[in-house]
Amino acid sequence: MSWLTDFWNSYGSLILQALGPHLFMVGVALLLGIVVAVPLGILLTRFPRQASPVIGVVSVFQTIPSLVFFALLLPWLGIGLTPALTVLSLYSLLPILRNTYIGVRSVDPSLIDAARGQGMTEWEILTMVELPLTAPVIVTGIRLSAVYLVSWATLASLIGAGGLGDLIFSGIDSYDSSLLLAGAIPTALLALIIGYLFGLLRRVVTPRGLKAELITRVPQAEVMTRWT
Amino acid sequence: MDLSPGNIALLTFQHLYLSIIGTLVGGVVGFLLAVWLRPHPRWIALAIGLAEVVQTIPGIALLAFLLLAFGLGDTTLVIGLGLYAILPVLYNTYEGLENVDPVYLGIGKGMGMTKGQIFRQIEIPLAFPLILAGLRNALVISIGVTTIGVFIHADGLGTLIYTGLRQVYVQAMLAGAIPAALLAVLVEVVLTLLERRISKNVS
Repeated sequence: MSWLTDFWNSYGSLILQALGPHLFMVGVALLLGIVVAVPLGILLTRFPRQASPVIGVVSVFQTIPSLVFFALLLPWLGIGLTPALTVLSLYSLLPILRNTYIGVRSVDPSLIDAARGQGMTEWEILTMVELPLTAPVIVTGIRLSAVYLVSWATLASLIGAGGLGDLIFSGIDSYDSSLLLAGAIPTALLALIIGYLFGLLRRVVTPRGLKAELITRVPQAEVMTRWT
Repeated sequence: MDLSPGNIALLTFQHLYLSIIGTLVGGVVGFLLAVWLRPHPRWIALAIGLAEVVQTIPGIALLAFLLLAFGLGDTTLVIGLGLYAILPVLYNTYEGLENVDPVYLGIGKGMGMTKGQIFRQIEIPLAFPLILAGLRNALVISIGVTTIGVFIHADGLGTLIYTGLRQVYVQAMLAGAIPAALLAVLVEVVLTLLERRISKNVS
């Protein structure tokens, strides 16, 4: 284990320094994404006719590679932390919006009828029937966004926003494999840990009645589109 | 930096070529894993779990690890693309084969088909739309990962984007970014339409 302590002694402070901006970017972009995309996704389910073109456009946007997205927006936004946060937030909207919309729409209509028959208001139906049933799917969308964001934030270093990408890219540029690993290992671990934590959260928010059905079998082809 | 249409077309072709090779390599592995491990639910769960872990690793970090193992260049990129392509194909093949209505299998058996015939003539055709959807996902992912292949000195449109970013040369950046975006969107749209036609024939 001595090489591990050596490694930590030489790169620990560097890693911690880069981890700060990285987590900041991921956190802020994810928060903005949730705050905008979840209400917007719910709203879209109320206007089905407008919704399908919007979701179509969103799905197409999601296929655009992140490095390309940065490059396309850089001429308008410039470089630094704020443009990076803008791009990351825009990008984090997409999976959350898609999953919220698909999730809420796939709630069994007979359940909504039953709720209405019991005299529930629209608001009660939303908060007591639709959202609890959809929560696992929405959390899956948030999880996707969060894991993607860890990855996209590494590329943000290319437009001068800092983060763990700095270590990876300087490592590649200077053929310094230790520096490369000092960036790559924490990035990979961060993505895995965040993915795991949101996986736990999904289990927590899954209503007891749904737990019997295999929630992990939510159509993955539907929710998993791209990864860079 | 050569921004002539000819060079951009060449880079676009390289980009698509590398993405397809990577997707096929991973797709074959994913397909075979799904077929072999299907009778053993525990093994298939383990394989999907491992593929998910690989999928969670950010592209640039995975390429960095592979760089240390395999060096710079296209081969390393293709290995990375292959690793990413395993999950979508493995998962969709498994789901597709599992979702085949047992009635059809019974009919095949009743007609005296062998196991191999049932697999080739009933199960695979019925699962095909989902398998194709998995390949499409994998290819779109590959196109994205190929753009960052430039960091391990692979070819493709990433080279233009990276040079553009480095030298704050907007034309080069856009010359790489626009075709790459179009390529990803086009692959997604064309393959989705193709899938719809095929599923219509199946059902």
